[in-house]
Amino acid sequence: MPTNSKMILRVLVNGIAREDLIPVNMLLVNYLRDVVGVTGTKTGCDGGECGACTILVNGEPLLSCIELAARVAGKQLETIESLAHNGRMSTLQRSFHEQLGTQCGFCTPGMIMASEALLRQQSTPTDQQIKTALEGNLCRCTGYVKIIESVRTAIKLNGDV
Amino acid sequence: MEILPEFELHQPDSVATAVKLGAQTGAKYLAGGTDLMPNLRHGLGDPISLIDVSGIADMQAIENTAMGLRIGASVTLQQLVTNPLVLANYSLLIEAANTIAGTTHRHHATVGGNLCLDTRCQYYNQSEWWRKSNSYCLKYKGDSCHVAPNGNVCRAAFSGDLAPAMLVHGAQVEIWSAKGGQRIIDLDDMYQDDGANSLLLKPGELLVAVLVKPLPTFNTGYRKVRVRGGLDFPLAGVAVAVQGRGNKLEQVMIALTGTDSRPILLKGCDDLCGKPLDDAALKALERLVRTQTKPMRSTFIPNQYRSKVAVNISRRLLLDLLMR
Repeated sequence: MPTNSKMILRVLVNGIAREDLIPVNMLLVNYLRDVVGVTGTKTGCDGGECGACTILVNGEPLLSCIELAARVAGKQLETIESLAHNGRMSTLQRSFHEQLGTQCGFCTPGMIMASEALLRQQSTPTDQQIKTALEGNLCRCTGYVKIIESVRTAIKLNGDV
Repeated sequence: MEILPEFELHQPDSVATAVKLGAQTGAKYLAGGTDLMPNLRHGLGDPISLIDVSGIADMQAIENTAMGLRIGASVTLQQLVTNPLVLANYSLLIEAANTIAGTTHRHHATVGGNLCLDTRCQYYNQSEWWRKSNSYCLKYKGDSCHVAPNGNVCRAAFSGDLAPAMLVHGAQVEIWSAKGGQRIIDLDDMYQDDGANSLLLKPGELLVAVLVKPLPTFNTGYRKVRVRGGLDFPLAGVAVAVQGRGNKLEQVMIALTGTDSRPILLKGCDDLCGKPLDDAALKALERLVRTQTKPMRSTFIPNQYRSKVAVNISRRLLLDLLMR
């Protein structure tokens, strides 16, 4: 075993400060799912091709299945679990639910987190901008029409507030 | 048990420390990790230590210098495409960078990482058990190439999209090492046509920055053809910079990627200049592309198709840019 193969990781996961002893070769998605226990983030392709593992790090989208947990030390992580407050879904979550954008559900956490990153940058994106933001996220069960409609609905609801 | 092999992780904050660590046996530089991590997950490589260069401030800046625009190797593609200095004079770099991978990748993938991208092959980018049951290959652990079984050179294809755009901009690269200090070479001289060893960097050498010069009087563009439109490596990609009057070419630079084990800066383009871009000139362009690129069976898509694509996107892009 290499000499510095373990480290203390200090991060903020969904607003809660954590301190964990982890191996440096641990993938971020495994840290989230197996150490922290937030299992909303999925592993789909295991290689950065499907986007199901997308989370936000300091507000920017990141594929957690191809990133080392060690490299996000000191940063703020947000997973799908961070969006609902007091049992109330966020606008994006509600829109995916009501517009049937969740479909089979496996890609949804990644789709929503990638959309969340977009909407924080740009409150009224065009359809093309939505598609570009989601180009790295695969749906393998149904298709993208309902997903894009869901994002569009969230934009509309945000505008109505 | 972790999925990745065991390694040490170093996170230096200066180039001097990074190259010192990089000089150790079994060390490998890690930038955005969007290509290296999937490869390590597939058992491609077994580094003793990873040197994370993403936190080095000197490698994150974009600034004007006497030698042109200096782009730090750890600048992410997202930072590149939103930087005011790049936006002002380097639309070709932005166009090429925007075709790389998906939006989420681009927030982390870096300029240096894309220029030093590992070559790719259908017999290499596979899982450990797949490669093992196929007796490995020349690029890694094996002794014969499944693409060209009689050859003794690896035919994996270089698939970076930034390199051709940078080559057209006459890029130079700043390379640092623990022993030799700094050296600056043409980007074109950083590559060789050997898929198993495509970078002419000595062990421990680190690409720190790229220097590019603007092409104010040129029309520029980048085209690529890929299987998955949203997120994929190029089957063939081409960057073109052209200066012309009417339908007459005055000066043109063309560089291709995805076709060989290195990016190709097309030679002989001067022969196309000083005359109209007619059928004869397009035929001459086709000859230049066909004789200087050689797609092999390194992708699932037939190499003849990639050959044809390389010619056609070069022709179309050149025509489009001249008419613009």
